[in-house]
Amino acid sequence: MATSWTPDQPIVQCVDVRKSFGALEVLKGISLSVRKGEVICIIGPSGSGKSTLIRCINALQPISSGSIQIEGIEVSDPRLDKLALRRKVGMVFQQYNLFPHKTALQNVMMAPIHVLGQKRAEVEVRARALMAKVRLAGKEDTYPGELSGGQQQRVAIARSLAMRPDIMLFDEVTAALDPETVKEVLITIRELAEDGMTCILVTHEMNFAREVADHVYFTDRGVIVEHGPPETLFTAAKDERTQQFLSQVL
Amino acid sequence: MKTAGSEQRLAVLLPYRLVPSRMSIRIGPLSAAILCFCVMMAASTAWAQTTPTMLSPLQIIVKWSPLLLRGFAFNILISLLAMLLGTAAGLGLGLGLLSEFRPLAAVSWLLTQFFRNAPWLVLLFFIMFLVPFQITVFKTTIPLPDWIKATVGFALPVMANVAEVVRGAVRSVPSTQWEAAESLSFTRRQTIWLIMLPQCIKRMLPPWMNVYALVAMSTVLASIVGVSEMLTLTAQVHAAEGGRPELFAPLYGFALLCFFLYCYPINLWTARLERRFRVR
Repeated sequence: MATSWTPDQPIVQCVDVRKSFGALEVLKGISLSVRKGEVICIIGPSGSGKSTLIRCINALQPISSGSIQIEGIEVSDPRLDKLALRRKVGMVFQQYNLFPHKTALQNVMMAPIHVLGQKRAEVEVRARALMAKVRLAGKEDTYPGELSGGQQQRVAIARSLAMRPDIMLFDEVTAALDPETVKEVLITIRELAEDGMTCILVTHEMNFAREVADHVYFTDRGVIVEHGPPETLFTAAKDERTQQFLSQVL
Repeated sequence: MKTAGSEQRLAVLLPYRLVPSRMSIRIGPLSAAILCFCVMMAASTAWAQTTPTMLSPLQIIVKWSPLLLRGFAFNILISLLAMLLGTAAGLGLGLGLLSEFRPLAAVSWLLTQFFRNAPWLVLLFFIMFLVPFQITVFKTTIPLPDWIKATVGFALPVMANVAEVVRGAVRSVPSTQWEAAESLSFTRRQTIWLIMLPQCIKRMLPPWMNVYALVAMSTVLASIVGVSEMLTLTAQVHAAEGGRPELFAPLYGFALLCFFLYCYPINLWTARLERRFRVR
């Protein structure tokens, strides 16, 4: 089943995804599809299941029912090779989660060396290029604790990119940042999107979503209420809940 | 001025308070220990002076100190080896506790609980009497002297305590570190060895040193099973000097002082490390 996928099919395909924590159903039948190179943003009030959804896409959490396919690989398959899946999917977290005992460059280099078994010298060249790409050239030997939140988050992005993923997931990556450093992270993500990386973002930055997204999904209480291209969703939302939410945040 | 005057007049109405004196004498634990020892020595010296033909306790300690200190060095050797052995085994056991393979985790848990909650002396007896004095492997006879067996006996509780230290330290790493490692496709083993343990070393150091200080002090238990460490030698010296009761305090006091001087700096250092690692 994994072999049947071709690049013209959706790279991520969620069909009626449900997820419960005990009696609490967090995702109540989510369906969405993402094409290669597309940037989609998931917006919605807190607790609407946005973060849970992208954590399920990465198999960090198992789904209760439904189907998620990444390049044709079924994520809910019990025989799933999670490690193989995660090599295709990079993830950036709200709290950066850098490894505190390693320098910025080592953080970026670790996974390719130990997980992919690539040569240290090659990885180092690539890691330095990535550090430059996220505008952190010169900070290679700095430890995470000495970097600002925005810098740490950009190292985290570089760390994920070093695995050469096909898809990048961003879980509220600017939510924990100081306002002045939010911009530098968003610039990095936008450049990534412009390079053609498939991105799924959970975000509260509406202006950013409007600017970079090809498609915006509005979720509330575990369902997708409405979705569409940003220009229609942000200006001519049909659903009352969407209108209400947008009037509060815009 | 006015208020000062009224205070003076009304001072009699105020409840009586002891004025704290500024001349408080502060004695640190280290100087206190040495002071105690000196007092003990002085007291027994005074007593010993009634029989001038015999050596004073101080002279006896000086006379025997090479032997006694060699015994003490033996205690330290046993404690270091037990710590080495116990740490290696404890790391393995601790990783067993963290294993996702249920049976392994269960067995590790059982072993840890058993050896943590067994009296050290009982464990020591078990090892002393269950392990033969020599073993033959492929026609080679390896002698197992008492002190080696005692070392193993001490290594067992060390193992269990270190296992618990490892487990606690790894568990104290935020779960987000596990998620980050997972999302980068690290295997569980890689995550533990490359990401968890290196982060934990600092956190593990103070409790680990605590365990060491306990082991160092417990090595005297080996005297009960006949290992010629410091306490055994002290008893022998005491007997050799005719078992005079006034020698009891100085001789054993000397042993106490040796252990104190060895363990107190370790504990001091541990406390300092704990303070330093708490402020992050």
